[in-house]
Amino acid sequence: MKVEQISIFLENKSGRLADVTGVLAKAGINIRALTLADTTDFGILRLIVNDTEKAKQVLKDNDFTVGKTEVIAVEVKDDPGGLATILDVIQRENINVEYMYAFLEKHEDKAIIIFRFDDLEKAIAVLNNAGIGILKGEYVYSI
Amino acid sequence: MILNTELESLSRESLEKLQLERLQSVIERVYSAVPYYRKKMDDAGVKPSDINTLSDLSKLPYTTKEDLRLNYPFGLFTVPMDKVVRVHASSGTTGKPTVVGYTKNDIETWAELMARSLASAGADRGDMVHNAYGYGLFTGGLGAHYGAEKLGATVIPVSGGNTKRQIMLMQDFGSTVLLCTPSYALNLAEVMAEMGVDPGSLKLKVGIFGAEPWSSNMKTEIENKLKIDALDIYGLSEVMGPGVSCECIEGRNGLHIFEDHFIPEIIDPETGKVMPPGEMGELVFTTITKEAFPVIRYRTKDLTRLSGEPCACGRTFRRMQRVTGRTDDMLIIRGVNVFPSQIEHVLMSVKGVEPHYQLIVNRKGALDTLEAQVEVSEDLFSDEIKALEGLTRSIEKEIKDLLGITCKIKLVEPKTIQRSEGKAKRVIDNREI
Repeated sequence: MKVEQISIFLENKSGRLADVTGVLAKAGINIRALTLADTTDFGILRLIVNDTEKAKQVLKDNDFTVGKTEVIAVEVKDDPGGLATILDVIQRENINVEYMYAFLEKHEDKAIIIFRFDDLEKAIAVLNNAGIGILKGEYVYSI
Repeated sequence: MILNTELESLSRESLEKLQLERLQSVIERVYSAVPYYRKKMDDAGVKPSDINTLSDLSKLPYTTKEDLRLNYPFGLFTVPMDKVVRVHASSGTTGKPTVVGYTKNDIETWAELMARSLASAGADRGDMVHNAYGYGLFTGGLGAHYGAEKLGATVIPVSGGNTKRQIMLMQDFGSTVLLCTPSYALNLAEVMAEMGVDPGSLKLKVGIFGAEPWSSNMKTEIENKLKIDALDIYGLSEVMGPGVSCECIEGRNGLHIFEDHFIPEIIDPETGKVMPPGEMGELVFTTITKEAFPVIRYRTKDLTRLSGEPCACGRTFRRMQRVTGRTDDMLIIRGVNVFPSQIEHVLMSVKGVEPHYQLIVNRKGALDTLEAQVEVSEDLFSDEIKALEGLTRSIEKEIKDLLGITCKIKLVEPKTIQRSEGKAKRVIDNREI
């Protein structure tokens, strides 16, 4: 039910993002989804890759600070209102979205939304009850 | 103007006679009243009766900030607490401050010396003294205040901050003498420019600046921008506070030390040997009149040299050159003493902070800024911005609460802070002093 995401601390300096992607490319790691959150001084790069453990290791070997977090991936139809339905269910149960990002599936008319909730277990239960499909990690890694 | 002509222009011979009498008396006093001093002297094999000439001073052991720390808070006071009418405190090298005390007579002496300092800068009765040194535990505000009152001038006790209002008061009250740190003087000039106030339209004629190191370039800048004479004053709470020495308006070349109350020495900071006259070294003071908290050969860690050349003002007291540096890593940020070890203490109390950090000091406009760079370890890291920002804010608050200064915390990537072999380079001071 959960998807593993790695996050990387980056200073706001030119070339740092390229350094990360370079390290991953050299290790033959494929990026499935990514988002960059930034402040004046630093940024946090969040990634879902095809091999979390290997990605974490090669980044650490290259002196990056790397964290691992569990997130949820939800598939929605690429139609108006797709996201609204999910958020409505979530907010009714007082679950807070810490952050989220979305990407489109290549061969299907669907979007995948990655959520980080303050209460992951409760969110899973709520989404399941509402009949909203949560994707398995293995599926997301191999898209 | 010389306030106390008799004492400030004593012949060298008479001065040294007075100094020896006072020195012998203070050594007797600390030896009998303070077990810690007695033990140090016994360990060094010196008795008060061994002090027969001024040069015998060099037989006595030094006093350091560490000695003050070991006797925190009142252990080195030589009088009972019911004789102590005031205490002040400054930063120590660790969490605890350095505490000093004053009897009624000490406060009187301090006021006299501060009044002499103001007079040497040309201030007198009838002047409006704008005192923007901070009031509180810091000796600057109250020390200058009592001196100005003693002189008979009118004191405006504005303390620090609220710069626009200060400028309004300067205009409305007709301030003639400005007392503050040199960096605050430049800040005042900048804010005046923003407000469209012409410094030439003010009645200010002279500024007496101290509590932080400054360069002759900065002095020229202050003089040009504020259209005043800028003079240098020196002091430290351990010795008394502001007014240990002051530059005179006639000579404008070094600060006359009030030698009827303090005996200065210049030593080699490495070997502890007294340096030949005129050489550069660490300034050491023995207070010879203070009652509550005399210090014997106190190592200031300030670097300077002494000159005994005659001065245009007629004072016979020797002059110390403006302090150009220190023998330790103490930083002075907006007049506040900061030791890197104090910041380190706060940083290390946060779980996950690696012992790799660096302090960056800059001067933005006229004001000093301090930034601590901290490497983000896995323990500190979070995938959420708000967690990381919450972390930096809580460290900033801790430092503010403990040290009273604003220190920006900047998170940096691991292994980006330069590792040095041997002594880590903790401080990068980009200020041009």
